[in-house]
Amino acid sequence: MALRIETVNLSCGYGAATAVSDVSLTIEPKSVTAIIGPSGCGKSTFLRSLNRLHEAVPGATVQGEVLLDDDDIYAPSVDAVEVRRLVGMVFQKPNPFPTMSIFDNVAAGLRLAGMRRREILTDAVNRALRDAGLWGEVVNRLDKPAQSLSGGQQQRLCIARAIAVQPQVLLMDEPCSALDPISTLAIEDLITRLKDDYTIVIVTHNMQQAARVSDTTAFFTVDGPGMAGRLVETGTTEQIFRAPAQRRTEDYITGRFG
Amino acid sequence: MTEITLPESPVSGRIRLHERRTVSTARRWRNRLAAATAAAMLLLAVIPLFALVGFTVMHGVHRMTPAFLTHSMAGIPPLSPGGGIYHAVIGTLEQVTLAALLAVPLGLLVAVFLVETPVRGLTGPVRLLVDVMTGIPSIVTGLFVFSFWVIGLHQGFSGVAGSIALMILMLPVVVRSTEEMLRLVPVPLREAALALGLPRWRTTWSIVLPAARSGITTGVLLAVARVTGETAPLLLTVGNNAFINTNPLHGQQASLPVFVFNQTGSAFDVAVQRAWGGALALIAFVVVVYLTARLLTRSKSPR
Repeated sequence: MALRIETVNLSCGYGAATAVSDVSLTIEPKSVTAIIGPSGCGKSTFLRSLNRLHEAVPGATVQGEVLLDDDDIYAPSVDAVEVRRLVGMVFQKPNPFPTMSIFDNVAAGLRLAGMRRREILTDAVNRALRDAGLWGEVVNRLDKPAQSLSGGQQQRLCIARAIAVQPQVLLMDEPCSALDPISTLAIEDLITRLKDDYTIVIVTHNMQQAARVSDTTAFFTVDGPGMAGRLVETGTTEQIFRAPAQRRTEDYITGRFG
Repeated sequence: MTEITLPESPVSGRIRLHERRTVSTARRWRNRLAAATAAAMLLLAVIPLFALVGFTVMHGVHRMTPAFLTHSMAGIPPLSPGGGIYHAVIGTLEQVTLAALLAVPLGLLVAVFLVETPVRGLTGPVRLLVDVMTGIPSIVTGLFVFSFWVIGLHQGFSGVAGSIALMILMLPVVVRSTEEMLRLVPVPLREAALALGLPRWRTTWSIVLPAARSGITTGVLLAVARVTGETAPLLLTVGNNAFINTNPLHGQQASLPVFVFNQTGSAFDVAVQRAWGGALALIAFVVVVYLTARLLTRSKSPR
């Protein structure tokens, strides 16, 4: 259950402004692809275009194609809701549903999609919490509010919530930037384990993190304020961090820029 | 140990910390003046409020007998003592409940439309309309329902006609308060739901509305409290009735505000006494609604 993503000349923007332009990138299944680059280079916008969440923003524009195993998710016949069931997402700040318990948060995706059978829900929730490495910490308080958890636990709960619906792809938008180093480590371990089953795309500001968890790295940049971000180069993480082909990439990862 | 040199500050060196304890006399007096003014304004503001509640309680509390609460004005001439507000309490409860049943779903839908599904070129005018509705005097609303519903559609005076008028008055309050509450729901929460593959309506219904529930409840109940005391539109749509009329769909009904209005219009002391009783009951009703609102808000948001 992991799909390949391929973007073909993808450009996304808001209204008249283009946030990121002309990205052609292949994301391999069962691997972790890191997207790095300075603020404003459009990496988050790019990520959000992969599950059609970008279009939830009023005035959002998309050109080009995003192929999920050869199916264009922007084809007119495709329902954005279906895409989002295949492509899950974890956000920068942990955002559990505040009115729901821990169990209900993880069950939310299935339950709101119409699943009513208690034993199936329980199974799915248990599995998702185990996969997210949260089971041991919450097993005795599944009925407590999700907001009673710590920030790092909440983020792992959000990951559990995302994988409970068994998506094909997991998008992560700076999932550790609001967390302390210990929680960050827990999430990174989790990412490494999850890549056996999912295609994972992670946007990060933290280059050590990209180097630690990813197999492939894509470097985006932006040439100035108000300009569109672009993909500079992509390659194995090893290659990008050891011997980048582009001068811009080298400047960025060595800290001479951005 | 490395020595750290701090940049030269215009303050450091000249003022040492212990010297700063002495605030200049002028500043201290200005501070006292400002605090005293604020306290005086607070007193001025609460005097009318306490006077009003105190006066009503003083005059009305001895009327709060079981007989007063359980009897109507049927067969009580204006000069005679006795009688009660039972018929008016029933009328107010029915009219306000009906008005809320009409206004709340409608208001919620309008607010959801304004916040969750912005349509270019439509959201602005709708919001403007709601704002204008907030400013419409209640007597105008009463006149409108009177000419449109009571006369125009030949419906006659009835509780439901009053409910329609109250609904029109409640609607903008419900819309605006709900809108504010929905706006407070963080965008990432909506995105989390959408990213799970929930359709927009599901996201709104199962995630956004529950997250804003306590605030919406407070807003609705405050709107209820607000219209409970409306008199003018009821005079034009419900009329009055000395008898108990439990059917809001047919015939004139009494209500607490109209009861008070009627009794104060009389020159006789017994009637004025009844008016005080009705006024106290009205205030008590509003206080109960308000306290319910506060209670619901507290218990639903465990922070």
